[in-house]
Amino acid sequence: MRSTLGFLLALVLGFFTLTSIQATADNWPTPPATVAPVPPQISGPLTGGTADHSKFEALKQPFASGPEVTKACLSCHTETGQHFMKNIHWTWERRNPDTGQLLGKKHLVNNFCTNARGNEGMCAQCHAGYGWKDENFDFSDETNIDCLVCHDTTGTYYKTPNSAGSPACSVMFEGKPAIDLALVAQSVDLPERANCGTCHFNGGGGDNVKHGDLSSALKNPPRKLDVHMGVDGLNFACTACHVTKSHVWAGSRYEIAAKDHEGVGKPGQRRDVATCESCHGLEPHPVDSLAAFKRNDHVSSVACQTCHIPEFARGGVATMTDWDWRTAGKTRNGEGYHEHGYTQGNGEHRYTYKSIKGDFTYGENIVPLYRWFDGQMNYTTIDTKFDVNQAVAINDFSGSREDGDSRIWPFKQMRTWLPADLGNGTLVYTHLWGEDEDSYWGNYDMGKAIEHGMKQFNLPYSGQFGFVETLSYWPITHMVAPKEDSLSCESCHAEKGRLEGVEGIYLPGRDHNYWVDLLGILAVAGTLLGILIHALIRLFSPKGAKH
Amino acid sequence: MATRRVKIFSLFERFWHWSQMLLIMFLMITGFGLHGFHDLFDFEDAVTLHTLAAFALLLLWAFSIFWLFTTRNWRHFIPTVKGMWGVLRFYILGIFKGEHHPYRKAFWRKHNPLQALTYLMLKIVLFPLIWGSGLIYLFYFLWRDVPQATQWLEGVALVHTAAAFTILTFVIIHVYMLTTGHSFREHIMPMINGFDEVDLTPEEEAYLQNDEPENIR
Repeated sequence: MRSTLGFLLALVLGFFTLTSIQATADNWPTPPATVAPVPPQISGPLTGGTADHSKFEALKQPFASGPEVTKACLSCHTETGQHFMKNIHWTWERRNPDTGQLLGKKHLVNNFCTNARGNEGMCAQCHAGYGWKDENFDFSDETNIDCLVCHDTTGTYYKTPNSAGSPACSVMFEGKPAIDLALVAQSVDLPERANCGTCHFNGGGGDNVKHGDLSSALKNPPRKLDVHMGVDGLNFACTACHVTKSHVWAGSRYEIAAKDHEGVGKPGQRRDVATCESCHGLEPHPVDSLAAFKRNDHVSSVACQTCHIPEFARGGVATMTDWDWRTAGKTRNGEGYHEHGYTQGNGEHRYTYKSIKGDFTYGENIVPLYRWFDGQMNYTTIDTKFDVNQAVAINDFSGSREDGDSRIWPFKQMRTWLPADLGNGTLVYTHLWGEDEDSYWGNYDMGKAIEHGMKQFNLPYSGQFGFVETLSYWPITHMVAPKEDSLSCESCHAEKGRLEGVEGIYLPGRDHNYWVDLLGILAVAGTLLGILIHALIRLFSPKGAKH
Repeated sequence: MATRRVKIFSLFERFWHWSQMLLIMFLMITGFGLHGFHDLFDFEDAVTLHTLAAFALLLLWAFSIFWLFTTRNWRHFIPTVKGMWGVLRFYILGIFKGEHHPYRKAFWRKHNPLQALTYLMLKIVLFPLIWGSGLIYLFYFLWRDVPQATQWLEGVALVHTAAAFTILTFVIIHVYMLTTGHSFREHIMPMINGFDEVDLTPEEEAYLQNDEPENIR
């Protein structure tokens, strides 16, 4: 009933706003671009400011190590350790309650740097803890939590690999300046974009490599790149949307709320999701025209991101679209090397070949892939068997118009030729990082690296390795453009439009019934032809000229 | 029996005809644009204008239906086979031989049998088909969650498009018909000033002359 009223209202308003809509001065809901001074980043309901950490006695000491800082933190924040150890930044593990799959970085194989498992000495630099380098890490010791990586505001805090790795690799991490841990500890505050970005902007092994919509360009983005995070706009920190309760964050990539049925909720009710609707509601476009009414109607089928993120990998930082591990391992004079081959929008060069990883292809300002998505990702895990002769999806997803939970979402598609066990038809754990003879990074022997990686975790390995074509899909949700840059109707409502491959819908402008169109055109053309003949006979019959 | 120039199209009827003509032309242009046949409008404007024009036309029809029934003018559209063959024969054959149109307009029969049947079909079949399918299409937001809604929508769109093609065919023939018989101008004038030559019975003539002198010349 409400929607009918809205429609009628839209209809009436339609007469008035048809011509005047562009003239409206109000920019709702897009915030007006304000020129400096840059306000502090907005962290949602959290405001901080109740304590000045530089005044705490516990923090005025010459810390020798990270865990010592953590002990000091926990001396006041007594329950935080127990809270923190439940979250995925700590566990790197997630059991999907619907599919039962055991997920998380601790277990998964991805089609970038393959697997963290067995390579924690390198990969767990991004674990929110200290010293995870092998299976002996103690997940129950709260002094192993790294508070500073998220709460440092000085920008001087950094992490290095938890184990030495091959000499050829460890050289990269030498010669860094010492960290003044006391200064960092006294300067803690709510996390800013750069804190989260330390890891999340560098997923897959480099800036924006993995996600496509999370890059260093978001540290200080213009409003044009991201309407929420823009420093000349709202200046949101990540936690403004990824709201936090007891160190657990809303918004999961493993279980995505593809269609939010609840919207904003009443005050104090829900802050458990990072969906657009949790702030913007279920009817996000103010109904001041027929088109706006129709846009609100689209919300049921089309994710907000689909129209409002016209392209990803914007802002001058490229993302990787193709990766070929088959070419990895080439050496010059017995040593690994790399080649520059791509200059991205901000002028920086990117490697297009590395001996340790293979060949890469980059892209910027990429039009996403659009598909129905119900929020459920199904992973090809280390024990999943598949046909090695065709492309396998590392994370596949389902969704349709009819299931009630799906919407049309934008995705980044990643294509990688990835090492695999061709005999058993499974993915493999590759031993990339280590001080031993088998680690690929340093020794360049894929066979040995796989054998080591599989044996380490008692996994079956046929001994016959090769490469399989893999695909992975990354829902695009960041880099939301200002509304004036969102897609227009004909981006999709046209032949060969953006939704060309999306099934299960009748899309006006894209879809035609071949026979109706053919018969219709024949009828009109036939009528014109008949008239022409009739008129010619009239013209040339001697007595018919007058009539 | 006298042939006189009588006002057979009232002001409302003429207003109805011409505003309907404009709205239908506009709906055709925007509609076929939405269908993907041309890019004269961007999609958003085309949807808005098509919808508003459709509602304007529905409003006009509401008035015209009311008018037809309250003024007894609906009787002009009662189908009849009497004289139908003569009219058909004229368009197929007689027109080429220089014959005159066999139909003589009467005061309560201003359309020839072919016209009456065509307009009736337009009114009771084609128009309801296009606005019925159009309204169902437009109110998709109310029934979008019924099972297989998109297949139904496709069917509705199919009917809507097919009806549009049929109406376009009608429009072409309708305009061509204006060139037959008398001159194009003589055909079009009655729909502008309302007057046309009509065969009147002596009683009709006497009535008009006495009671409605402004409607007879």
